[in-house]
Amino acid sequence: MIDRDQVAHVAGLAKLQFSDSELTAFTKQMEDIMAMADQLDAVDVGETTPLYQVTDLKNVFREDKPERWQTREQLLKNVPEKEAGLIKVPSILDNGEGEA
Amino acid sequence: MSTNYFKEDISTLHDALVNKQTTAVQLTADTLAQIHAKEDKTKAFITVTDDEAKKQAAAADAAGISADQPLAGVPLALKDNIITDGVLTTAASKILTGFIPVYDATVTKRLKAAGSVLVGKTNLDEFAMGSSTENSYYGPTHNAWDLDRVPGGSSGGSAAAVAAGEVVAALGSDTGGSIRQPAAFNGIFGIKPTYGRVSRWGLIAFGSSLDQIGVLSRRVKDSALILQQIAGQDENDDTSLPDPVPDYVAAMAGGVQGMRLALPEEYLGEGVSQGVRDAIEKAVDTLKKLGATVDTVSLPHTKYAVPTYYLIASSEASSNLQRFDGIRYGYRAQDVKNLEDVYVRTRSEGFGDEVKRRIMLGTFSLSAGFYDAYFNKAAKVRHLIQDDFTKVFADHDLIIAPTTPTPAFKIGEKVDDPVTMYMNDILTIPANLAGIPAASVPAGLVDGLPVGLQLMAKPLGESTIFKAAAAFEDATKFYEQVPTAMKGEN
Repeated sequence: MIDRDQVAHVAGLAKLQFSDSELTAFTKQMEDIMAMADQLDAVDVGETTPLYQVTDLKNVFREDKPERWQTREQLLKNVPEKEAGLIKVPSILDNGEGEA
Repeated sequence: MSTNYFKEDISTLHDALVNKQTTAVQLTADTLAQIHAKEDKTKAFITVTDDEAKKQAAAADAAGISADQPLAGVPLALKDNIITDGVLTTAASKILTGFIPVYDATVTKRLKAAGSVLVGKTNLDEFAMGSSTENSYYGPTHNAWDLDRVPGGSSGGSAAAVAAGEVVAALGSDTGGSIRQPAAFNGIFGIKPTYGRVSRWGLIAFGSSLDQIGVLSRRVKDSALILQQIAGQDENDDTSLPDPVPDYVAAMAGGVQGMRLALPEEYLGEGVSQGVRDAIEKAVDTLKKLGATVDTVSLPHTKYAVPTYYLIASSEASSNLQRFDGIRYGYRAQDVKNLEDVYVRTRSEGFGDEVKRRIMLGTFSLSAGFYDAYFNKAAKVRHLIQDDFTKVFADHDLIIAPTTPTPAFKIGEKVDDPVTMYMNDILTIPANLAGIPAASVPAGLVDGLPVGLQLMAKPLGESTIFKAAAAFEDATKFYEQVPTAMKGEN
């Protein structure tokens, strides 16, 4: 079973934050979803290997040739904040309160 | 001439274009007029590309439309998780607000190369996560048979646009049923090809081992024509299959005489409504009369498909959606304290609840201490599900089943109950887990709402699906019906 603290921990890993009331609602829904997931406990998989992808393709290579894709202008076209041809972000540190 | 998509198909449009009874410019103007007239009812589109479409149509006319270009000058719509150079692409998410791609998806490029005209981007559940198109930042789409009902999802916009006669066909994507379920709910044809048959380059990723682009259309042949253009290996997608693309239209001929069909007992279980069962029984009779044999078979791990799928798809999604951080494109939260705050606030404000649930489920399933119990266990059960199919296909050409347990449900009916919503996908998910091609073909009405017959084939068995679907379509002619909410329109 998943509890409220675990849901809050997972939210941190996923870089999401929830208000108290959202956390309560999400915990309930996550409990229901994990109860559904726990149905797999009933399956005896024996020596079955995990199937991560269904193609029989292995190590697909292509020629390593240089190619022009987008221009700098195109690459920056959708950047929400930019300055002098660079992406602008806030400081990593929080005015002395952040951890190094 | 005013184009009536309840009567036309791509071949009749193509003939009219080649014989100069119409032009691409005229056809596009008609199509845009249809869309604008019907959008009040369906809300199938997020973006209608009027100007872009008119330019493409003029270019198609200028280039000339010859008999060997079946899609030239034909207006088509794309699901809005398929990227389009210079045209807003949102995946129905707030987090992609204002995102204008700077290149085309491979399918977009191939349709443009075939001369088709892109008239717009259709609504979907945010990032294709959902079964009703209610999880869209742009609001729900409405079912053309009953405007109070969902069109299904996640390709609900593409399905409603085709069913309502706004376009002749549209592309969708299918990770757990997102083409077939809305096709069934809207009384049209929809095909999810074999995993890897169509390049995923430029499809906004959800579950990368499951995602596949496909087609929704009123007529089977139109999907065959479009799949012909978009299928095939692509050096930008290493999972695209190198196998040559057969002639799907030619494959439609011949009928189901002697075809060995399998009907899995698990697909007619207790969750399946009586109306759907009756419709499928009738479809089975039709196929038998056409000369097919039908055996009852078992796919014993079907009941585990839903949890298996939600663990795998959500795990892959939680990884794929890490890229949405407010730095390079789309929405960025304002009044932030530091860089970490940009990530957390952008994602918390930019994603809807269903997307957050999937990211949370996926992050949890992949996290230390839970990976073996959840993600890896699901991957093993996935193997058992694939083995079930392999056994049945050893001596059958196709598996037939209902596409959905019930016809379309009401808007708002299930949106607050994720697990009930997830169970709605139980009949479509297994094909994605196994990577096999599957389609939904209309199988009549139950209480005025369409029901879909699902056809599943072994990997690269699209030709067999088209053959059976064409024979069934020819025998039942469901396409002659105009959706209830669209009566009196053309």
